[in-house]
Amino acid sequence: MVAYIVRRSVMLIPILVLISLVSFAIIELPPGDWVTYQIENLRASGIELNEDEAERLVKMYGFDQPAWKRYIRWMRGILFKFNFGWSFQWGKTVNELLGERLPLTLVISISALIVSWIIAIPIGIYSATHQYSVLDYIFTFFGFLGLTIPTFLLAMVLAWYIFKLTEFAPLGLFSIEYMDEPMSMEKFIDMLKHLVLPLIIIGLNGTGALIRVMRGNLLDELKKQYVITARAKGVNEMQLLFKYPVRMSMNPVISTIGWILPGIFSGEVLVSLVLGLQTTGPLLLRAVLAQDMFLAGSIVMILSVLTVIGTLLSDILLAALDPRIRYSAAAAR
Amino acid sequence: MTASTEVFEEVLVADQADQDDRFYYASQWSLIWWRFRRHRVAMVSTVLLLLLYLLAVLPGFFSPYLPSTRFESYQEAPPVRLHWMDKSSEGGGFIGPHYYGYEKTLNKETFKYEFEPILDNPIRLRLFAPGSEYTIVGDWTSTIHFFGTDVEEPPPFMLFGADRLGRDLLSRTLYGARISLSIGLIGVALSLILGVILGGISGYFGGLIDEVIQRLIDFLISIPQIPLWMALSAALPRDWPVLKTYFAITIILSILGWTGLARVVRGKLLSLREEDYAMAAKAAGTGESRIIFKHLLPGFTSHLIVTVTLAVPTMILAETALSFLGLGIQPPAVSWGTLLQDAQDIVAIAQHPHQLIPAAWVMAAVLLFNNVGDGLRDAADPYSDH
Repeated sequence: MVAYIVRRSVMLIPILVLISLVSFAIIELPPGDWVTYQIENLRASGIELNEDEAERLVKMYGFDQPAWKRYIRWMRGILFKFNFGWSFQWGKTVNELLGERLPLTLVISISALIVSWIIAIPIGIYSATHQYSVLDYIFTFFGFLGLTIPTFLLAMVLAWYIFKLTEFAPLGLFSIEYMDEPMSMEKFIDMLKHLVLPLIIIGLNGTGALIRVMRGNLLDELKKQYVITARAKGVNEMQLLFKYPVRMSMNPVISTIGWILPGIFSGEVLVSLVLGLQTTGPLLLRAVLAQDMFLAGSIVMILSVLTVIGTLLSDILLAALDPRIRYSAAAAR
Repeated sequence: MTASTEVFEEVLVADQADQDDRFYYASQWSLIWWRFRRHRVAMVSTVLLLLLYLLAVLPGFFSPYLPSTRFESYQEAPPVRLHWMDKSSEGGGFIGPHYYGYEKTLNKETFKYEFEPILDNPIRLRLFAPGSEYTIVGDWTSTIHFFGTDVEEPPPFMLFGADRLGRDLLSRTLYGARISLSIGLIGVALSLILGVILGGISGYFGGLIDEVIQRLIDFLISIPQIPLWMALSAALPRDWPVLKTYFAITIILSILGWTGLARVVRGKLLSLREEDYAMAAKAAGTGESRIIFKHLLPGFTSHLIVTVTLAVPTMILAETALSFLGLGIQPPAVSWGTLLQDAQDIVAIAQHPHQLIPAAWVMAAVLLFNNVGDGLRDAADPYSDH
């Protein structure tokens, strides 16, 4: 098992390098020398900046050196000093900004993943055990809708509709009256109320996909001989279902995390923007609009790295649950 | 058994044989078509989708006004209702499609303008009415609109209401369809070119280059696309002309969009390369490119079409999202995404819910494409269960 984890982690390194290269390319992408632009900005805003000072800025960001040297500088800063750079727009370090926003992004994304499981797995089990029933058709239809409907548009429409019906605006994390209050039970409940809509919507695409996978797998599993044997021996239907076929069909569901996670992080960015949640999404948009590229590049990098690590964790979890995977991987060596 | 039933049975048997013959002699494409036709949802969706594209090709004709025409006193006016029965005091009968002008009053309590229809003056609509001049293609212009009225200086007929500047939302939605729907097609066409070339190289040559391309695809699939798209479009200068931005956005979308297509091409090439007929062609001395394009490519064109159809909605959505965020198409150009910028504030939507109409169009287009793609997927392999 340890060998498997180590091997999978080593395979991650080239991907991480690629991610850092892409993120650096994003930082360098806007046309024109970025420091010159900032110097002009500073001068335009009335700050006296003499030539020495300007030259010092150019040197500080390494713009007198080739791009690959700047890349190495940037990476060294991140790896050894955990320093992602400086955000001109906010006048703060990128670390500080990410520290404020990233926890909420993580909480929302992971919760959305869990919510989509909680919704999809029971529905998948029901649909498979009641194949071609009315509810099965309804669930399959909603699963299809969940897979195809654009989440951020749905967030807009639903937020409006909820506001119209209940006068409750599902925006932000807290209602205005709780904004400055210390944490209390009421405030916590208020927060949960605000989180319901974003969590369901962000997880929606994943939910649709999971229902399909779960239903398909369980249907295959239920046709197998061991199920028929167990049934012939008179095992209680519920016990039979949950003891073997459901567990078997859960494994592929876990491996879908890998391709659901990018969608969840993408969806989180857009839905947070629409619903006014102060996560990395709105921060990224503001950074991109202001061409604050160290911040934008860092956010893209961190979201990508988180996705890749999430995929790794799901692979490890899968190997832990299903010994065949770690043995076949070991045998392939 | 009487003679007549015998004849009847014979006809039945012959009919069955005919049916079988028809099946065995039919080309792959007619088999696919027969099967697709049976998929009712997909058929209906195809027709609706074609209609949608017809609207998008001729926005000037179908929309009553130009997207930039402003009706100053009609800012954020709600949709005008279309009537068939005369609502005025002396009337009451059927007078055909017509509408009523709005009277604008200031509500003294909420300090908001309210629009009430003036019911005593029905304004009749007719098809192919003259209106403002619009361009069809290039220098070719026309003044005939799909519907309009002959009344002198009529109040505006805004079926979807007006936006913040008093422009007709229906006209803007139709003009927006032109950009939003075409960017999907062009973006997918670019992705297809990239996908076929890279997938083809990967599948045909194999070895190291295959490994490199496969890892690249794994990488592109494993990172979240929206943030990356956002960051890439940051590099586009805001003051570029519309056409340039349009193509730049298309390229940005296809940079990340080709992976699915490349996977299909590679997978199919790998499996078809081992088929007997490919071997036979090789044994007969056929050249590599002829084998690929003449023998292998037709074998998976149908699968490629399915993947392409299912990739279009992703492109449309990505453009909508980027333009909605202010990173894509820039006003005054109109796309569904730029229209939705007006609907960013939920309190504003609550007062003027008609600003959400473009969102319904995006959802409809995406759903229709997915339905068609689903139907095509079922039909793509017509030999599967016969």
